[in-house]
Amino acid sequence: MSNKLNYSLSIATPDGYKNTPRQKAIILTGVVGLFVLVLTLFNLDTFSGLALYTSLSLICLSISSYAIDLYVSKPEGIKNNGVWFKSISSRGLYGWLTGVVLTLFYIVLYFYPQYLGLNLNGGANTGLIAFFDPLSRLLSGNPASQWFVYGTLYTIAILAFGFKFLLKYRHNRYEQLRTYSVMFFQLAFAFLIPEFMARLNSDTFSLPYYDLKNIWPLNYYNFEQYRVDSMISAGDVGLAILIFGIASIFIITPILTYKYGKRWYCSWVCGCGGLAETAGDPFRHLSDKRQFAWKIERWVIHSVLVFVVLMTTAVVHSYLEADTSKYWLTKDVFLILVASFLTLIFVLTMIFKRHELGKDARYGAIGYFIIIMVLFAMHYVSNSNIFLFQAETLRSTYGFLIGSIFSGVIGTGFYPIFGSRVWCRFGCPMAAILGFQQRLFSKFRITTNGGQCISCGNCSTYCEMGIDVRAYAQKGENIVRSSCVGCGICSAVCPRGVLKLENDSMKGRINSKEILLGNDVDLMDLVNQK
Amino acid sequence: MEHIVIIGNGISGVTAARHIRKLSDHKITIVSAESDYFFSRTALMYIYMGHMTFENTKPYEDWFWKKNRIDLKKGFVNLIDTDTKTLHFENKESLKYDKLIIAAGSKPNKFGWPGQDLNGVQGLYSKQDLENLEVYAPDNNTCKRAVIVGGGLIGIELAEMLHSRNIPVTFLVRESSFWNGVLPESDSAMINREIERNGIDLRLSTNLKEIVSDENDKVKSVIIEETGEEIACDFVGLTAGVSPNINFLKNSTIETHKGVLVNRFLETNISDVFAIGDCAEQREAIGNRRPIEAVWYTGRMMGETIAQSVCGNRIPYKPGHWFNSAKFFDIEFQTYGWVHGKKAKPEYEEQYHWKHQDDNKCITIAYHKDNNEFLGINTFGIRMRHEVFDKWLTEKRSVDFVLSHLKEANFDPEFYTHHEADILKTCNNFYQTA
Repeated sequence: MSNKLNYSLSIATPDGYKNTPRQKAIILTGVVGLFVLVLTLFNLDTFSGLALYTSLSLICLSISSYAIDLYVSKPEGIKNNGVWFKSISSRGLYGWLTGVVLTLFYIVLYFYPQYLGLNLNGGANTGLIAFFDPLSRLLSGNPASQWFVYGTLYTIAILAFGFKFLLKYRHNRYEQLRTYSVMFFQLAFAFLIPEFMARLNSDTFSLPYYDLKNIWPLNYYNFEQYRVDSMISAGDVGLAILIFGIASIFIITPILTYKYGKRWYCSWVCGCGGLAETAGDPFRHLSDKRQFAWKIERWVIHSVLVFVVLMTTAVVHSYLEADTSKYWLTKDVFLILVASFLTLIFVLTMIFKRHELGKDARYGAIGYFIIIMVLFAMHYVSNSNIFLFQAETLRSTYGFLIGSIFSGVIGTGFYPIFGSRVWCRFGCPMAAILGFQQRLFSKFRITTNGGQCISCGNCSTYCEMGIDVRAYAQKGENIVRSSCVGCGICSAVCPRGVLKLENDSMKGRINSKEILLGNDVDLMDLVNQK
Repeated sequence: MEHIVIIGNGISGVTAARHIRKLSDHKITIVSAESDYFFSRTALMYIYMGHMTFENTKPYEDWFWKKNRIDLKKGFVNLIDTDTKTLHFENKESLKYDKLIIAAGSKPNKFGWPGQDLNGVQGLYSKQDLENLEVYAPDNNTCKRAVIVGGGLIGIELAEMLHSRNIPVTFLVRESSFWNGVLPESDSAMINREIERNGIDLRLSTNLKEIVSDENDKVKSVIIEETGEEIACDFVGLTAGVSPNINFLKNSTIETHKGVLVNRFLETNISDVFAIGDCAEQREAIGNRRPIEAVWYTGRMMGETIAQSVCGNRIPYKPGHWFNSAKFFDIEFQTYGWVHGKKAKPEYEEQYHWKHQDDNKCITIAYHKDNNEFLGINTFGIRMRHEVFDKWLTEKRSVDFVLSHLKEANFDPEFYTHHEADILKTCNNFYQTA
């Protein structure tokens, strides 16, 4: 084979996938908007609120115009032409550049916010952060912080790229509704409501910054002392919010996940998921599909879950009182509650779902259960530092490793390299809990349509979670996987109508078949009954 | 332990190998001249269109074969000595077998058109075809226009592929309407419109007379039979069907006709030699099925069946209800049971037809005019459940039952608009006026 032939089958850019002059002009508009943001870093002192709104408008205008130019003139349908040829979406030069810039931005945001203009001495901010003051004052009445800047840009990304996604999938109502939902929850719950809530704060009344849809353990700091104190001291409203926070994970989440699978959260509500589904959509096919990646995924994500449970237990334990005279919930009562709860889950799972768990899932569960029990035991023996470490050390380590590095720098910065759901797949402890339930106690599945699969692999290619969907579909087996976020793209890209996301009875949810529908019925009976 | 050798690593051969492994400890070798590993042929189009990489088209990771003790051998068999049970390869190597399964697939038809072997003239079947397509039609500078000859499933896929790279396409279809040998007229007419909506220059009732060469033995133009019109082009896709790939059996004792002749047990005239998939030709037809079925699903089913026979449970190939699927640009197509096109339609078959006003969804339901038995459905733009229709066909439900229960068969994604009420209304009107 000549070089030319190899070249053609590799992922190089054939002509015809370059941007048109009009598209280039549209991109340039957005670059100008971004450039204004960069300029503010130099403290030129000439920027007004008008400049801020102009800059943000240019960015939005650019993204939405590009989407209109790209999709509206073309017939409705799947729009993946050239995905593997374009530099930005095939780990080409633009892909890497975007990845590096995003990663650097996250490093600065988390660890060196002074470069964005944050005044570490408590004085007035400068640079990019001060540039956002007009908008922040408009919403909350307070000057902007680096988190306000980030939140604004994050929301704009979800709204503008959400608009693009809406046009791309305008033939698919599931995708449309899901996208409206994540756009709404980001704009209202993650962005506007907390800002408005801040307006209610006074000298006598103060609520912590709270995105109500951001549930523990994704929101790992929710039960830290300063927040709980603040909520309790804010009277009935504060108490209601605290109770809502606890009910979210222990009552609301299990019910919704039972009925609809984890998708109700991961691809309809969650902000991390929202960004992945909108701005991250052009990178979904870059996720690692190998079975090896799946093995790593299961260890890493469940380790994070164990970590966050230990950390939160330690933190709460550290600020509870030791004696019962002040409040019924003492250090010991709390530990016994946690241990009982974990034991209950563990025992119930082992009794009812033992057979559905693969070998290593069972070993993993046993292993981690033992670890937790051992750590508890150690506490009672030594009685000095819970879990061998200071609670504060655990908390800051978790915040640094998981909260910043994993979810931010790797999770989002590496979109163009590893795909859009790295954090959700390998790191998110909330996803681990929801996934555990989705796999064992949920009505949700992706149904496979009899024998219609032609093993083309579009489903696996476009699964952002790296699930080898085809491996199930070509066996006529429904897809019941903890990691599935129910984005519905596998079903959308399937050319033969093989996949359908649905909620149905628990019975027969998992249904591997040796001989697929369409063949000799006697043979199907003979082989599939075994 | 026997040595089972399978020629061909497509869906038929690979399914056979996987099932033999499940059932036995036999030594298994798959021979292929096309590729090192099994890939999904149906996904070749998505590589060219940039939806997938070649790697994405492999249904099993490369470690799968070793783990399951299935040996893969790359090589071209040019002689089978059935007396000594030996395969002879082009490079003089040889391989002994105890049982041989021929699953060599198809090759594109060529009907002796002048110029059919020129450079830039090809079918679209194999990985090599795709590689050649990248040479002759990588973009619209190299290929100013492409002509496709033959209005079937591969032809329309090739049109979509070339169109995705902005290459102008002229699509020559011999029939008076796209694929109307198979599709009823209304179904076929909607696909004609879909082809034209996508900017394809569709020429119905048009035959190819000859392909004209330039000075470098490369295609320069084609000439139309009916009008004598000459169309300048840089690429010609020959997609007038496929036929069994059996040239390498010429000098063997294995009996062939169009394909390798097999009985209902998929056995050839030589003992311990079997044939499955596209290259097998049934001596006696099965139901309404054609003797040669070049379809993904039937290849897979023959693979499932032959594995049983090879492993001691000799059973006939007895496929269930017919089903198939395709995608025509943005319109998905599924069929369950038998719905015939005008020419092949038996006298007892009547049809209901419903079409959505957007002209991208329609269904045709066939039933027996004497007893109203439901015979089959073509569905375009609406996904239906295989299991439900398979059951209804087995239960010999009436067409009225099917129409009034159509909702149970719907397989569209959640929140999609349902059309069952409208379909029922249209068919009832049809019934009253008919």
